[in-house]
Amino acid sequence: MAQHSRKGAQFQAVTANRLLDGIVVYLTKNNDWSESLQDAEVAEGKEQADALLARGVLFFEPENLVLDVYLFEVEKTDAGIRASSVREIIRQAGPTVRKDLGKQAELDGVHA
Amino acid sequence: MYRYDEFDQQLVNERVEQFRGQVARRLAGELSEDEFKMSRLMNGVYLQLHSYMLRIAIPYGTLSSRQMRKLADISRKYDKGYGHFTTRQNLQLNWPALKDIPDLLAELASVEMHCIQTSGNCIRNTTSDHHAGACPGEIEDPRVICEVIRQWSTFHPEFSFLPRKFKIAVSATEHDRAAIRVHDIGIQILKNAAGEIGYEVWAGGGLGRTPIIGKKVGDFVPREDLLAFLESVLRVYNMFGRRDNLYKSRIKILVHEVGVDEIRRQVAAEFKEVKARGTLQLPEEEVDRIRKYFASPAFEALSDDVPEIDAAAARDKGFADWLKSNISAHKQPGYTIVNVSLKPVGLTPGDCSADQMDAVADIADKYAFSEIRVAHEQNLCLAHVRRKDLYEVYSALKAAGLGTPNIGLITDQIACPGLDYCNLANARSIVIAQRLSERFQDIELQQKIGRLHLNTSGCINACGHHHVGHIGILGVDKKGVEYYQVTIGGAADETAAVGDIVGPAFTEGEIVDAIDTIVKIYLDLRQGDEIFIETYRRVGVQPFKDKLYAAH
Amino acid sequence: MQLIKNGAVVADEWATLSDEDPLPAAGPVIVSLARFKSEQNMLLAREGRLGIRLKSGEEPAQIADYLDRFSLVALEFPAYRNGRAFSYAYLLRERYGFNGELRAVGAVLRDQFNYLMRVGFDTFEVRDGITPEIFKLSVDTFQNGYQPSADGKPAVLSLRQRRLAAKAD
Repeated sequence: MAQHSRKGAQFQAVTANRLLDGIVVYLTKNNDWSESLQDAEVAEGKEQADALLARGVLFFEPENLVLDVYLFEVEKTDAGIRASSVREIIRQAGPTVRKDLGKQAELDGVHA
Repeated sequence: MYRYDEFDQQLVNERVEQFRGQVARRLAGELSEDEFKMSRLMNGVYLQLHSYMLRIAIPYGTLSSRQMRKLADISRKYDKGYGHFTTRQNLQLNWPALKDIPDLLAELASVEMHCIQTSGNCIRNTTSDHHAGACPGEIEDPRVICEVIRQWSTFHPEFSFLPRKFKIAVSATEHDRAAIRVHDIGIQILKNAAGEIGYEVWAGGGLGRTPIIGKKVGDFVPREDLLAFLESVLRVYNMFGRRDNLYKSRIKILVHEVGVDEIRRQVAAEFKEVKARGTLQLPEEEVDRIRKYFASPAFEALSDDVPEIDAAAARDKGFADWLKSNISAHKQPGYTIVNVSLKPVGLTPGDCSADQMDAVADIADKYAFSEIRVAHEQNLCLAHVRRKDLYEVYSALKAAGLGTPNIGLITDQIACPGLDYCNLANARSIVIAQRLSERFQDIELQQKIGRLHLNTSGCINACGHHHVGHIGILGVDKKGVEYYQVTIGGAADETAAVGDIVGPAFTEGEIVDAIDTIVKIYLDLRQGDEIFIETYRRVGVQPFKDKLYAAH
Repeated sequence: MQLIKNGAVVADEWATLSDEDPLPAAGPVIVSLARFKSEQNMLLAREGRLGIRLKSGEEPAQIADYLDRFSLVALEFPAYRNGRAFSYAYLLRERYGFNGELRAVGAVLRDQFNYLMRVGFDTFEVRDGITPEIFKLSVDTFQNGYQPSADGKPAVLSLRQRRLAAKAD
């Protein structure tokens, strides 16, 4: 399983790619998947994070709806949930290039 | 151009149906992701950061206008209206949905195209010189033997589950435009004193985390024996290549570990057996059958002297600049090779919009015998253009945003997709290339700098060929922050060399200034008409190290 | 796990022995290369057919001199990504002229049957659920192949030459 979080991270969320089209999704409180990071359930501490991941992995097997399920570090800010690493910011908001289309056009302001 | 016969077409059609079945089984949960992964990769389907990615094969970089229009259609219909041409002459789509890919493949098959073996641990697309069949001094059109190799390597029953991927490139001129020394197998076509054609075979070259220049394993293999020889190299690799460590599984490690003399001995012993068996002997009729498809188009008798082109160049500075860099010599008087840059200032190296694909197809129909090439430097090429049409071709390309006059110059950069798209990347490469192209956008400055290959990779896998750039940039991750390491002195041609690391890595904020400093050091040190790599080879890495790190 | 031979599900009449298992007095047995080397005389003198199982890394050249004594060679696939035994199979059939049963054992996927047949395997240890119908579907995925192969089918090149000859007539 991919390792994209930091040991000792305070807040984490669970992400994956949707099987049908590969689009980035986040595990929500309703035990559903959303394309928006703002809908993600944020786990605090290791115990909550492990439980959240275990819930997410079930959607890989046996549910077969997503793949590449993993935890990543987030921050809670006034503007909402924010991914900590460059990689996860790019997954959330699209490439930092071709800003004329896709999520990178819609989610203005996520990329620096 | 090669055209499929019923056997070629049937195999490609069968592959589409096979993949349709595999996708259906995957979506139904009958095939695990791990099992599916091997099948999807052998069909060019990756999972990247944002979506699936599909790599479409463009065998030896040759396309018809009809095929290019289909690529435009497909990128509109199944993707976001653009594609990315790669260093292996292929095209990548960044956003196809898995469920749509079988239909997409069926559309490709309708124009004799496919995604077969564009990934996976098998023999990949055989690449070649994008000037094939057009440039002077060519021994023979390398695409003929490339097509022979394409067929031999397609669904090879024995060599489809190799220790690791396997890339072959072919060059037929003294100047190597196909980077054969950094391939698993590089083939140099030669002619001996008796006028016979033979194939010099290099093996064990490659980039990645252990860059190695290939070693010669075959001196002059006759054409009829070439497949037997390739089979011998592949068999030795499949039997003895390492499978215990992903990073040591390329043939370059085998060659390095057992030594080139031992590899030559093993290959020679195997070749003796394969040749004696005779089943792989290549019949001359088959070569002739394929060669007919690559016959030169019907050239007119024309002069190289075209006063109206000189007049247009005198009038239009943009055209004059373009003529300086984007035109290459042609074997036929009155004709030229037009290199089409996919490196406009501030945009993504290798990206091409669907509208641009259509525009190039139209221009190729009108001026270039309906044929288009993809260069491993992530550019396009029109191989046969009348010199007298150059101004019209330039104007049409420029109108489509394809008139950037920078082929071979510092802004003609190779860059991998990097962390903006790629699941393996540690750092972004496209943005670095964009900022560098902005820094060096002044055309006079670029021309003053002269030929300089600037290559950027977003991770150690080196898809951006940073090791063999005259200047190479490697993105690394240090605790979630992007850093960039610089190498200088690399080359991908017949003087192939791996660049030297200049020193500690730079931050994202420093890297453009650092490259600027390297270029200034070179301009200070250069003698006469030296290009960057010549100055570097004369003075070595030290003057660059001294000044670069003194300045920072 | 079941066995498919020449396209049909068959009972396995062979006993695959571990290196510690006692040697039965009769009946066909499959032994490892190590056991064959250490008990060669006993094994060759024994009544009953003899089979050998080669691991990845045990090249067929090591048994080439004894091939006429083996009725079966089983080649192990430790992982479905490990294609070393494809070369072993091809060599056994095409270079060493082995005519007995060539069995693929271990991690083999249904999408590999076509390739496996073409390098000369005729028997497959497959997971449950692989029916003869599925097996046939997989083998028939591609009607032809570009390469000369060990399954006796003509390569595309030969088919092209035949077609040319037919046209010339």
